[in-house]
Amino acid sequence: MPGLQYLKNVASLSANPELCVGCGLCVEVCPQGVLELRDKRVVVARRDACMECGACMTNCPAQALWVEAGVGCAQAVINSALGRKGNGCCCVAEPRAAQQGLQTNLEAAPPRKSSGCC
Amino acid sequence: MSPAPQPLPLLTQMPPQEPVSSCAAPEAYGDPQAQPFVLGEEATPAGPVPRVGGELSRADRRGSLRVRLGFGRHDYKVVPGLYALNHPGPNSPVLVSANYKLSFDHLRQAARDLDAWLLVLDTKGINVWCAAGKGTMGTAELAARVGSSGLERVVEHRRLIVPQLAAPGVAAHTVKKLCGFSVTFGPVRAGDLPAFLAAGLRADPAMRRVSFPLAARALLVPVELTQALRTYLWLLPLLLLLAGLGGLVGGSGFWAGLAGPGLRAVGAMLLALVAGAVASPVLLPWLPGRAFSLKGLWPGLAGAALLWALWPVSFDAELAAWCLAVPALSSFLAMNFTGASTYTSLSGVKKEMRRAVPLQIAATALGLGLWIYALLAG
Repeated sequence: MPGLQYLKNVASLSANPELCVGCGLCVEVCPQGVLELRDKRVVVARRDACMECGACMTNCPAQALWVEAGVGCAQAVINSALGRKGNGCCCVAEPRAAQQGLQTNLEAAPPRKSSGCC
Repeated sequence: MSPAPQPLPLLTQMPPQEPVSSCAAPEAYGDPQAQPFVLGEEATPAGPVPRVGGELSRADRRGSLRVRLGFGRHDYKVVPGLYALNHPGPNSPVLVSANYKLSFDHLRQAARDLDAWLLVLDTKGINVWCAAGKGTMGTAELAARVGSSGLERVVEHRRLIVPQLAAPGVAAHTVKKLCGFSVTFGPVRAGDLPAFLAAGLRADPAMRRVSFPLAARALLVPVELTQALRTYLWLLPLLLLLAGLGGLVGGSGFWAGLAGPGLRAVGAMLLALVAGAVASPVLLPWLPGRAFSLKGLWPGLAGAALLWALWPVSFDAELAAWCLAVPALSSFLAMNFTGASTYTSLSGVKKEMRRAVPLQIAATALGLGLWIYALLAG
């Protein structure tokens, strides 16, 4: 729908075609049609449609995609800012990629902080 | 101009997605067989499995209506585990779902003509997409639930059909490593499942995209209203009380204050509610701007214009107060609809909030100041 496009130039998504193995699962799981395969390599075709859900990153077997995944919810941002943990809608907005993506040691990875509902 | 590339993770494998929750103890669920929608038992090599059908009872429909209206949404759960939909066999498909009862009911109704296994994960009663974002509808829970349900003895194949919207939490390649079952992502909408299965587990591109049509937006309006009304329940009496007290101080008397500025305040607040929580979601695609806070401004300004047209005097400080506060409140309520929408990103929400929230607070504070001045000036 043409009237339903969110803010331009904010999505944190990036793709590294050199790591891409061309499996195409990212293209399949993206609910917004953001990604395409060109010459068997992933390309960010519609960045502004990205809602940072993280489906592509989670399902990439080659770590060719990175996004600061989180929920695009104002109430969650407010809850985080107010230091709320778990009441009402109890969503808090903590990007998941910060915890997931940059861990270098699998064994030493601490349990993920709750980024959501209880 | 695209943002600078972010550092890529150095992992060779995703960290395990433990459904760790900082504030909830492990949930104790009762006997799955005792749930009112369970019709009987299906005997399997892994023991009896509760059997359900695809027809929703009146109680199921009442429950759906209740949570759609925004009551008890956070305690509407199904006991996690394996269920038989109709009479599945060892080759029937396994459909994975969340244990929010609305999700579960939606799935069994959409698949009512199929024989299938329903594997219900413990998502703490949260729907598929939200739970996937939070990690409870995730790789670890799915693999663990496959193990605890004895699924490998129930079915001869090794395939799970997972809703596509669970993909933020479910890493297909890791599930395969953990439990030997391969994940096929099904369509976004459960209603497309029969077509997806009939086509040999193929989804056409339209089945893979989320949309946000008028019907879906309208369905979310009651929850927005209920949420906002919870705040209004103490805010409106407070405004009435202030208006009455203002009447006392200003000399017109408590009841005159209550009936004049007090009732006008209630009317203006309800106008802001309709603008922000009803008109904004419904008119979303047609409202100018991309930011929800900007979209919500327009119905709010229309509300202020209506208030001006109906106002008993041509213009005064009290009207000016509401001309500031009504658009600000509408903008705020519309901004809160980002959480219900299907296409907003966290980066985008943060960006619009950095601009909009200070303006919303400033306009509301200025409006409140003017209103109190108007009350005291009589």
